[in-house]
Amino acid sequence: MNVTLFVMQCLNGMQLGVLLFLMAAGLTLVFGIMNFVNLAHGSLYMMGAFVGALVYNTTSSFILGVLAVIPAMLALAFVLEALVFKRLYQRDHLDQVLATFGLILFFNELIRMIWGPSPYYMEVPPALSGTVNLFGIPYPAYRLLIVASGLAVALGCYLLIHRTRIGMLIRAGATHRAMIGALGINIKLLNSLVFGLGAVLAGLAGMLAGPILSVQPGMGEPVLILTMVVIVIGGIGSIRGAFLGALIVGVIDTVGRTLLPAVLRGLFERGTADTAGPALASMLIYILMAVVLALRPQGLFPVRHG
Amino acid sequence: MLTPSPSSPIVHAAAVVPAASRRPTFYTLFVMLLLAGLALVPTYAALSGQAFYVTLFARIVVFAIAAVSLDLILGIGGLVSFGHALYLGLGAYAAGVLAQHGIDNGWVHLGVAIVLCGAVGFVTGFVSLRTTGIAFIMITLAFAQMVYFLAVSLKQYGGDDGLPLAASSRFGNMSLGDPATLYYVAFGFLCLLLLSGSRFVKARFGMTLAGIRMNERRMKALGVPTLQYKLGAYVIAAILCGIAGVLYANLTQFVSPSYMSWTTSGELIMMVVIGGIGTFVGPVVGALAMVLVEEGLKSATEHWMFIMGPLIVLIVLLTRRGLMGVVHSADARRAAKIAAKIAARSKRTESLS
Amino acid sequence: MVASLNFRALHGRLGCALILATSAALAPLVSQAADATPLKIGFIGTLSGPAGALGQDQYDAFMLAIEQKGGKLGGVPVQVVREDDQLKPDIAVQAAQKLIERDKVQIVTGVTFSNVMMAIHKPITNAGVLLIGSNAGPTPLAGAGCSPWFFSTSWNNDELHEAGGQLATDLGYKRMVVMAPNYQAGRDAVAGFKRDYRGTLVDEVYTQVNQPDYSAEITQLQASQPDAVYVFYPGGMGVNFVKQYQQAGLLGKVPLISVSTIDGTTLPALKEIAVGAITSSPYSPDLKNAENAQFVAAYSQKYKRLPSLYAAQSYDAANLLDAALTTVKGNATDRQALRQAIKTAKFQSVRGDFSFDTNQFPRAGFYRVDVVKAATGAAFETKGPIVAKIRNPLAQQCKMN
Repeated sequence: MNVTLFVMQCLNGMQLGVLLFLMAAGLTLVFGIMNFVNLAHGSLYMMGAFVGALVYNTTSSFILGVLAVIPAMLALAFVLEALVFKRLYQRDHLDQVLATFGLILFFNELIRMIWGPSPYYMEVPPALSGTVNLFGIPYPAYRLLIVASGLAVALGCYLLIHRTRIGMLIRAGATHRAMIGALGINIKLLNSLVFGLGAVLAGLAGMLAGPILSVQPGMGEPVLILTMVVIVIGGIGSIRGAFLGALIVGVIDTVGRTLLPAVLRGLFERGTADTAGPALASMLIYILMAVVLALRPQGLFPVRHG
Repeated sequence: MLTPSPSSPIVHAAAVVPAASRRPTFYTLFVMLLLAGLALVPTYAALSGQAFYVTLFARIVVFAIAAVSLDLILGIGGLVSFGHALYLGLGAYAAGVLAQHGIDNGWVHLGVAIVLCGAVGFVTGFVSLRTTGIAFIMITLAFAQMVYFLAVSLKQYGGDDGLPLAASSRFGNMSLGDPATLYYVAFGFLCLLLLSGSRFVKARFGMTLAGIRMNERRMKALGVPTLQYKLGAYVIAAILCGIAGVLYANLTQFVSPSYMSWTTSGELIMMVVIGGIGTFVGPVVGALAMVLVEEGLKSATEHWMFIMGPLIVLIVLLTRRGLMGVVHSADARRAAKIAAKIAARSKRTESLS
Repeated sequence: MVASLNFRALHGRLGCALILATSAALAPLVSQAADATPLKIGFIGTLSGPAGALGQDQYDAFMLAIEQKGGKLGGVPVQVVREDDQLKPDIAVQAAQKLIERDKVQIVTGVTFSNVMMAIHKPITNAGVLLIGSNAGPTPLAGAGCSPWFFSTSWNNDELHEAGGQLATDLGYKRMVVMAPNYQAGRDAVAGFKRDYRGTLVDEVYTQVNQPDYSAEITQLQASQPDAVYVFYPGGMGVNFVKQYQQAGLLGKVPLISVSTIDGTTLPALKEIAVGAITSSPYSPDLKNAENAQFVAAYSQKYKRLPSLYAAQSYDAANLLDAALTTVKGNATDRQALRQAIKTAKFQSVRGDFSFDTNQFPRAGFYRVDVVKAATGAAFETKGPIVAKIRNPLAQQCKMN
């Protein structure tokens, strides 16, 4: 593997990381601030993809699709909260895990009933369907949009969390829940806001990923588990941790997938290397997470106190 | 007789009610009915000509064993392990790999499964138990995923496709390949577990573990080596689940990495919570309810997940301590009524004297 | 204290009542006794999850054939009991046990994926129940592991990919890269391809099953610059890969030959994105024979989509059973006679000519099918048959009694 290829793979890794960040940002907020385990986050990602794809396919405008996702996800978050989540905030993690697990089943089947089991058609917007020449290798233009959007969202989240009053309340909620209530802030409203923000981020992630990934029922679960690994490595409740953790996971996963089989082929015979390589690459992320948890359980970039 | 965990109201209620008027509690009745019903399944299946019932309920019993083992650390120890299905898979693979190499002696299968799960449990537990809360959940998940991907990469043992069981476990003349034999063995083991469980909860080990769950700092201050206790419970739970794995491999005649997946771990957690955490009988009820409702729904409609999902949500929202919690509440209400009656009676005798 | 207890108790009682009511309502369904009159046929397929479309096509086509014959096959009314294996071999085994023990089916058909087939093959054939596979064809079952109770109306994994390798050779690509998911069928794909491909294999890439992002592997392709790429990515994996391949600008530059990747179930999700791709397939909706013409018309009208190869193979299975059952006058209890009837059945296949080889797999052809521009976005166009020159002599390894 030469230098150019390695750099390209790192870029690929960062792009995957940015996609993961969009998912992780919402989840880490909900996890950290509301202390709420939401396994249905993957389903929110899926709903965003389908709603966005539907609007995009009927109006042929990608921008409209993206914009439509925001109110749709807010509405969905509102309904979910009123019906289910409101009663779960005070319950322990186990009950939350179970109830949201049930929601996953429900949403997957709902999508399947409406759109069928086959993948749903969604294409890249024609303006971005070309390639850009990077280091002599053509790179899909749309992926650069994903990187750009991810960075924009990261910046937006940073500004929101660290430069606005609401952000200050959110940060306070992450460090000292009880205190905020005692100071007279409307906790319920804050919770709804955070949950809504998380849902919108997840939905946008789904919409942006739609053109490059298969839009189908059950598309959320593989991303969900990876997202949970990201926020644990990064530090629960920390947006910075979600961003850096996502980049780390993305790069390691991508480079590992391409580097490991090549390295193994040098050591073992071809057949073994070709089957062990991908398996080991998958294990790499979990090994990393276990190491981080064993040595620094609060994560690599935890929420800074004080 | 079997008694619930110390934290339930029954213990207090029983102390109030005088011995003479102590009828069997709803709990006792329920457990006896449940076990009697399960014991009669093969007979019923033979009489009605539906051999399928034996395999269906064998699956329930095997999962109940796995769920009870999880309840040991989850309910009593308060350790939420999202990777418990790892041991189910390890036990199954122990049987599968040995059978593949021509060894069908059941004792060898069991022995290897116990040693393997004990060793893996010790190592992973040692690392995982240094963490708590969310970190513990995720690290147990991580270990399960690691072994899952390892199993997927083992081409000679089927990899992702799994491995048909070359030979069922044989114990002398008995073979676990026969569904009825498997059922009785599994059921017997389950009863053994429940009995030991009830003793365990009142024994020093169980009490200490519960104490650690409620306030670890206090236990440490009392000089209790908390890590040892937690690790001990974790290893025992791993071994018990491994035994369930050997049984499961014999039931399905198949071994697959999916036995270790996080969704299977999630299902085990579901059975424990829905049935009632910390009650030991709860997971049995949970396994029964989940499997039966799933089977029933599957027969009714292809969109069964559309109903199953909200059903799970409703159960979580409406029942405080799972299905067994309902039984406990019934007992608590009756005990409260009796207590009130006694109080009223003693007040009257007081006023008379 | 009592009041709050009552409130909680109400909730608890409500929850308990809910569970009991559901179980009671559903219990009769679980304990359905076998109905004697119609012939029961079990269908096991992957009907949910990312690959659910494949099993759904198989089921829909099978039911269409039955409907066209007035709810009967071979003159006898049939009842199809459907089971979803969720692409999990252990669930499939339980489903097979349920079909055989509870529903007492005489025949089982369907089966989408090879790993499921390997799991249920033994339990079903050991029980003497006929298994008519209409998609999965693991290589061992076509060779040494064959069974007299197993028939296939599709193909075995080896020959599916031998055709692909032959096509690549015929098209003159000297340096190629092969990509497949890291499971048995994927490894079979690479092995089969290598047998008939006469050029140089630059690289064999195994990706994770259901891996969403292929940017790393595609970048490798761009760096190694092969003459063409051969892939096997069924279901959602195919949609992911082809989308990303096209976005990287490779679809026009480096020819893509694929099997079971761009098919009837995934083309609607790709449409014009896949135009220019070359596929090797046992079937295409535009195959020119009378049976296929009526099949495509009827299927499109009923299900509002074109049939895929999975549908075609399953439709053939239904017609095969129809012909066999007619021969035995609807008597499915004499399994040996039924088996003989199936072996020698004469029916019109939508794939063209059809007959069974000695290992009870079809002697049927493969075609080069390209994806071309069409009014609906994209469509399949058959370019001609593929004749594999080197075949694994699997049939010779099958020793049936």
